[in-house]
Amino acid sequence: MESFSLILAIVVITALAFDFTNGFHDTANAMATTISTGALKPKIAVAMSAVLNLVGAFLSVEVANTISKGLVDETGIRPEVIFAALVGAILWNLLTWLVGLPSSSSHALMGGLVGATVASAGFGAVHGDVLVTKVLLPAVAAPVVAGLASLLATRFSYGIGGTADGEATRKGYRAGQIASAGLVSLAHGTNDAQKTMGIITLALVAGGSIAPGSNPPTWVILSAGLAIALGTYIGGWRIIRTMGKGLTDLEPRQGFAAQTSAATAILASSHLGFSLSTTHVVSGSVMGAGLGRKGGVVRWSTATRMFVAWALTLPAAALVGAGAESVTDLGDWGTAVVAVFLIAASAAIWKISRREVVDHTNVVEETDEPAGVVTAAIAAVTPPPVGTVTEDLTATIPAPVTLSAPAAEPAPAAPATPPAAAV
Amino acid sequence: MKIDWAALGSVFGVSLGVTVALVTLFTLGIAGLNRREKATAQGGSAALAVTGAYLCFAACAAAVAYGINLIVAKA
Repeated sequence: MESFSLILAIVVITALAFDFTNGFHDTANAMATTISTGALKPKIAVAMSAVLNLVGAFLSVEVANTISKGLVDETGIRPEVIFAALVGAILWNLLTWLVGLPSSSSHALMGGLVGATVASAGFGAVHGDVLVTKVLLPAVAAPVVAGLASLLATRFSYGIGGTADGEATRKGYRAGQIASAGLVSLAHGTNDAQKTMGIITLALVAGGSIAPGSNPPTWVILSAGLAIALGTYIGGWRIIRTMGKGLTDLEPRQGFAAQTSAATAILASSHLGFSLSTTHVVSGSVMGAGLGRKGGVVRWSTATRMFVAWALTLPAAALVGAGAESVTDLGDWGTAVVAVFLIAASAAIWKISRREVVDHTNVVEETDEPAGVVTAAIAAVTPPPVGTVTEDLTATIPAPVTLSAPAAEPAPAAPATPPAAAV
Repeated sequence: MKIDWAALGSVFGVSLGVTVALVTLFTLGIAGLNRREKATAQGGSAALAVTGAYLCFAACAAAVAYGINLIVAKA
């Protein structure tokens, strides 16, 4: 029983760590356009988003109660499986953050869960059709829905309002953007903080410390809400830069259209029962707003890298999750190896990120760059995150594969090096 | 495998309609305020435009309130 509670503690801590990465990965969704158009100062924007995420976490437990159901068979899920799933999700979140690409944290989590379940119980335990209808189809539909809506809205807005640029215009769109960004943050809190609550609750049930079918205990709600708020406040500035500046150049009016379309699509989808990922929705609406303005450019090279990351999210997280699960299966020391590996790999990624720091001071630095003909050339030469992202991507994306390959064998020291070597 | 085309379609329709309607309303509101700005600069007033503008903003605020209501009501 002793080791049981230890693994449970590890799972809870890892889940909170995932929640934290989820927060900072997704700050961009709510606040990237608000920051890039200058509607709010970067620090104030992330603080506001953090508070709203925290508030959102307390509003309902509906999502938390459904997260575990449907995708995999809950019977036979052990805490180790959940731990392995979280390892996959965290590592993928950190890697995409390093290259500054917005990708869905929920997909990473589901990928890790699917991978770990397959490694633990075989392919039969995963519901393939649920995977298609709940994961793949929404991923394709979200950017199209939100993108079209924001494209049309931007068109209309410029058509009706002309390009007037008075004090009233500036202030007006600023207020509008803040309001719609707030809605996105709140919706994010009700959805994503709860995914972690659901995971922790699932682990507690699997570990036998609370009865099946219980609601998440209060301490779970509180800690999950705090973890996501803290992550949001720290801010994934790299992703904010890509989303706010890298995909397209936004004027306040476009930012407003994009954010409104995102908020509407997220609320409509969660209300009408066709769940769309916040990340996909916002990316789509930002691109739509970019295309909606005359002379607006979408940097398709950045967009393509983002799409590639989306496509890889599920399989990559699944591979790491599966690898981690195979190792934890070897016994308690296997679990320890995975835990050490997770910490080492996270530290390595953080270390690499320090080579080129992106924070609130330089997140909107490229404002001076002239938009227009040159942008395409600039985008090709200096994509937002790192100087050499095109090489970076090919070097980094396979990393999870190389990560999980050595992880599949009991080689404790080896897995820590690939991320460093790969970038 | 059952794909819920009806749900997808309604999400698509509602998102498109509501977004365009909201942004259009808001733009109209701002256009109204702009008119007042110009009118005051010339020493006149634009009562009708301003009333229209505030009506538009009120509609937007109502939509936001409904949005918050949707988020909260999930509880």
